[in-house]
Parts: sequence; structure tokens; C-alpha cells
Amino acid sequence: MKVRLTKLAHARSGDKGDTANVGLIALRKEFYPLLVREVTATRVKEHFRGISKGDVERFELPNLDALNFLLHESLGGGGTLSLMTDAQGKTFSTALLRMQIDITDKEAAQLGLS
Amino acid sequence: MKEKVRIAAGQGCWGDLPDAPVRQVQGGPIDYLMLDYLAEVTMSIMQKQKARDPNAGYARDFVSLMKEILPICVERDIKVVANAGGVNVPGCAAAVRDVAVELGIDKKVRIGMVAGDDILDRIDELLAAGIELRNLDTAEPLAVVRNRIQSANAYLGAAPIVEALALGANVVITGRATDTGLTLGPLIHEFGWAADDWDRLAAGTIAGHIIECGAQCSGGNCQYDWENIPDLANVGFPIAEASSDGTFIITKHEGTGGCVNIPSVKEQLLYEMGDPHEYITPDCVADFTTIHLADNGPDRVRVFGIKGRPATDSLKVSISYSSGFKAVGTLVYSWPDAYKKARMADRVLRERLDRLGLKFDQVLTEFVGANAAHGPLAGDPSPDLAEVQLRIAVRGNDRAAIERFTKEIAPLILTGPPAVTGFAGGRPKVEEIVAYWPALIPKSEIKPQVKLLAN
Repeated sequence: MKVRLTKLAHARSGDKGDTANVGLIALRKEFYPLLVREVTATRVKEHFRGISKGDVERFELPNLDALNFLLHESLGGGGTLSLMTDAQGKTFSTALLRMQIDITDKEAAQLGLS
Repeated sequence: MKEKVRIAAGQGCWGDLPDAPVRQVQGGPIDYLMLDYLAEVTMSIMQKQKARDPNAGYARDFVSLMKEILPICVERDIKVVANAGGVNVPGCAAAVRDVAVELGIDKKVRIGMVAGDDILDRIDELLAAGIELRNLDTAEPLAVVRNRIQSANAYLGAAPIVEALALGANVVITGRATDTGLTLGPLIHEFGWAADDWDRLAAGTIAGHIIECGAQCSGGNCQYDWENIPDLANVGFPIAEASSDGTFIITKHEGTGGCVNIPSVKEQLLYEMGDPHEYITPDCVADFTTIHLADNGPDRVRVFGIKGRPATDSLKVSISYSSGFKAVGTLVYSWPDAYKKARMADRVLRERLDRLGLKFDQVLTEFVGANAAHGPLAGDPSPDLAEVQLRIAVRGNDRAAIERFTKEIAPLILTGPPAVTGFAGGRPKVEEIVAYWPALIPKSEIKPQVKLLAN
């Protein structure tokens, strides 16, 4: 079944120049391995196609049950150069939470998601 | 040595809640109040102010704040650490001293000044010595924008702040300094941490990172269970209650709104994060993958286990330079088919700009209420949207072209698609773009100057 990330995580995003960072934090510890397995840099890059023009990097923070994504060339130049409403990338967090992942019915049941 | 040191954040960014620092000082016992007054482009604004008036170039808000809270700080032995000095640390210090004199407490106020961050007058000397100050994002050498530079400052770390406190300062004013240094400096001073105690320096750095954005770790901009966060109107700004072993508790004053919990702290930890293993500061390299959090009671989160590594040989430099102009025009279109109307208005406007022969580096159209925040992820806009705001922004080097663009927005009301409003704000303003050039400079090139303002 498909599960939207809003059911699995909360997030916070920010900017470093023309790069948006999105921190994805598991709502419960048990969800973290699922996020690690399914929310890959490749899938996040695909999710942000048309928004993020550069590479996407992913870092793992198992101590915080969180992943950190760097979306390069996403902010129209960033800072004062950017013409975007969201030049600071503050809504990239919820944009990532729109993403849906596939999990088996069994796993969904185990995690209390069905 | 104090067993615990309480550092309160008073401002999370330039232009944060004006009464937050007052409430921090009044709301309960704290040892230090730290304040961040400098956004990336603030220095260029302050350089312009100083060029017009040699006594200007610092954060005037800080001086007004001191007028309000200096008596209580002196009475309760609360020390203030702020980067309010901008490009005129002595000017700011003198203004604060004048306030202290006016309040009759100047004998009890010792103002420490930290300068040496400003390298604007040394750019040519540095470039000639082979220090290229290459842009960290694009690798271009600074020479490319040499004649457009408006400010240039190295980010000083905690050490000069420690020096100022050791001289006996109870108000420390810096120019450009790292936000984390404003918290770490007091901790080093109070606990006597060695310059190579990397784990503790990393812990103090991370305490600084958590509280440096003010309420953004105590319920502000918090996604987790946001609807149930109590009383944001009265949100409590954070306090780091640190111990000498490098562990600390994040909390806030009793009776304030907001919340400090593991999710709210995690959200702030992930904010503006690059590679978590390597959070580089002038004082150390902190490893965010070693942070551990535990509940410690209501609105108290304990932070422990932090590890750090040696500092690098460089300081980050922030240089600002002029980079053309921009302007933004907006109009609101209403139901039915608000999005279609806004799109037609956009087409009409762009065709007129083309026919006028106006050239821009970039023209960006967004439809606020439909897909400005999430772009293609928002899906197709519904025809039943009550309203959509057309937002069109232009950027370029030809000021006249930008100016002409600003005159083409209002005419759309009488000459474009129907059911339009939202123009009472008047003609958009042409804004000069001051862009940001991040670079590195060897630490050996920067000598911080620390002294007390003489009475």
C-alpha cells in the first residue's frame, strides 16, 4: 500500500545559498528504518523534479531518527538573488512530506499504519 | 565555578520579536543574554550608514534595548553578549555607555569590544598576497566582483568573546561573529574549557545552534503537533542550561507559551544543516550524529553524548556586493477561474514587456494560493479557488528596465482580465540587490582586537 510521508515523519527545511536542506524526522523510532530504506536520494531527486535543478545528497542521523537532504540549485540563486516567494526554502519541508512510498500490507500492519 | 550556566536567547534573527529579550530578562533567573542582530546582508546596510555618518554602522535597536534592560541586568548580574556592533563596534559601545551614564549605572557597566573582523579595507592587500577569497559555492575568484564589494567580514568565533569576559566585561559587543560563538564564549569563560577540549567545545557549539534561532526550537515554526502547541502569542524563547561536563538542558521560562520537547529540538537541530558529521566553526568541528536527546521533565530536553574534532585553519568570510536590481508586482484575481485569469494577466504583461524591448536576467511568475510554495507538487489548481495572487518578479542590471516594469502592474487592473484587486499597496519598489559571497581566509590573517571601553 502507499503511505504518504506525513504519516511517518515531521520535517524542517532551511537554506544554505542556493541549496535547500530538508530534515526528515521519524514520528516514531520504529519508522526510521523504513525511511532509510525507502526515502533515497534518488527518489527525493525525482520527487523534486522541476524544482531542484542540481544533485540531491542524503545524510543519515540514526541518533535522531532523522535524514538530512541537500537539494542543490533549488532556490533560484538563493538569498537576495532569488525571485522566489520561498527563497529561503522554508516550505520544502512540507513539499517532501507529500511524497508517497510503497510498503507491504504486512509491514503496514506491523507498524500500525493500516 | 558555577555548577550550571543559563544562557538565554534574546533574538533569533535580525528583526525578531522586539520584546523577547525583555521577557527573557524578566521571566526568571538567567546568567547570560545572547542576541543576534546580523543577517547576511546587514553589514552592507551598516557600511552605507557609516559612509553617511561615521558614528553610525551598528544596530540601534540594541542600544534602545539596553536602555530598557541594563538596570535589571546589572542588578541581577546578567551578562549580555551581542553582535550588535556591526561595522562600528566602538560607536555601538559608546552609545551603550551613554545609556548607562543616563541611567546612572555607568560605574557598574563594563563594555567589552571585539573587533578585527572587518577586512573591507584589506581586500587589495589580501588579493595581492595571493589570498583569492574564492566563492565557496562557485569557486570564482573575488576579483570578478572587486569593484562592487560593499562589505567584507570574517566570522570570529568564541575566543575573543572569552577574552572580553575575562577582562571583566558584563556587556560584550562584537562585529561579525558566529551565532554559536555567542553562546560558546560564555560557557568557555564560566567552565574554563581548554581550547582543544573538542568534545566540550562541540557541545557548547551545538547548544548555540539550538538556541540561536530563538523560538524556532521552543514551539515556533514547529510542525510536530503544531495545532496543540499552547499559547504561541506568549512563546518562551529558549534557555540553554549548561553543565561543565558539556551536557546541557534546553528549556524556557515557566509560565511562557510554546513547547520544548524532543521533536521541537530535533526540528531546530536539522535546520540549515549541511553534512551533519562536519559542522565547522572557528572553534571546533562538531559532529551532529553524536547528539543524544532525552526528556527531562515538562519543557526540558537534556542533550548529551556530543563529540567534536579539531578546528580548521580557516575562518569563513562573508562579503557582500551589489548585483543589479529587482522588483516584485502582485495582483489578486478572484473566482471563478481565478487561476486562468491570473495566467492570462501574466501572458498579457509578458507580451507588453517584450514589446517594450525590456531585457531582464530573469522573470519569474508564481501563483500564490495555487502553487507558489510547492510548484508542480501542488497539482492542477482547482477552478473553484476563491482567489489567486499573481506574483511576477524581475531581476537585471538595467535599473531603468526594472523601473519601467513597476509601471506596468497597475495598468492591468483597467486593461487586463476581470475580477482583479489587491493593488492598494501602490507601485512596487525597485530594490538594489546586495548579494552574498561566502569565502574562506586563513586564521593567520585575522587578529581579533579585544578591549574594554574606557570609562
